[in-house]
Amino acid sequence: MKRALFAAALLLLPALLQAEYGDVVLNRHSDKQGVRPVVFPHWFHRIRFRCKVCHSELGFKMRAGSNEVLMSDIIDGKFCGMCHNGQIAWGPERCDLCHSGLKGLPSGITGGAQTSGPGRW
Amino acid sequence: MNVPPCPRRTRLPRWLVAAVAWVGAAALAAAATVWLPLAKDGVHDPRGPGIALLQQPAEALATLPPDTAGNMVKWVQALDSGVINPRSSILPGTEVRVLDQDIIIARNGSMPAVKFPHRQHTLWLDCSNCHEHLFKAKAGANKYSMTAILNGEQCGLCHGAVSFPLTECNRCHSVPRSQLPPLATASSPANPRASAKVTPP
Repeated sequence: MKRALFAAALLLLPALLQAEYGDVVLNRHSDKQGVRPVVFPHWFHRIRFRCKVCHSELGFKMRAGSNEVLMSDIIDGKFCGMCHNGQIAWGPERCDLCHSGLKGLPSGITGGAQTSGPGRW
Repeated sequence: MNVPPCPRRTRLPRWLVAAVAWVGAAALAAAATVWLPLAKDGVHDPRGPGIALLQQPAEALATLPPDTAGNMVKWVQALDSGVINPRSSILPGTEVRVLDQDIIIARNGSMPAVKFPHRQHTLWLDCSNCHEHLFKAKAGANKYSMTAILNGEQCGLCHGAVSFPLTECNRCHSVPRSQLPPLATASSPANPRASAKVTPP
């Protein structure tokens, strides 16, 4: 019985630790630069902006991993920096609000989509 | 005199105990995993200095129309009911385009046909997000594949990642074949008169 419960707990561990649906981890450079990876929450942003603002006006491609997002560009007002400039949203000097992820996380979409797709994310 | 043997305590098979425990625990976990606190979601660093300042999913999402999948929010209904009103543009001069046109895609064997509503999609997205690189802007000109979609191509670029997941078959496959007009075998605009109507929201 104990063993069965233990097995159940093991199986459920990933389900218990689950990012919100649509969260994106950006860690192409963060770990190497010694900062926490970025966790981008789609749910938070889509309450405030429609998809087209970032994916059409700001130029974010819709495939996770296909955007080279650099702090230098953000500081220059590109990508996140279009809003994260201290006027529409907090500015790039508030490092810890975006760089809030656990070290070593793989980049990509997370949050437990209930299918095996999208495979290339 | 024969004494009947003492009835042996019935033992449930081990696999059954495990299965019951798993189902029970899964139900508990499902109830508990709706909108985990950021510090416990497995991606945020609970020791990070920003964690206490970020909005919690439950705080933002609990007030929106409830759903059973994805973010547990009916996002289009949230827009239509006015409970959220996200900005459509931030740059001056951006043309905000909304198209009210349904496309019926019926070339899919015995499954109910797919109704693709442009309105719900263009409330969120711009035409250029899908046309022409994902889909040609001509009814009948596109080939769809569930395999591709499940692999994150076509509709699966968003559905299964940010918009409602691919487990919700009947949200797209929503038109019973008995209700299809005759000869509606290819994809076709369901309301062709609206086909050219692009309006600001």
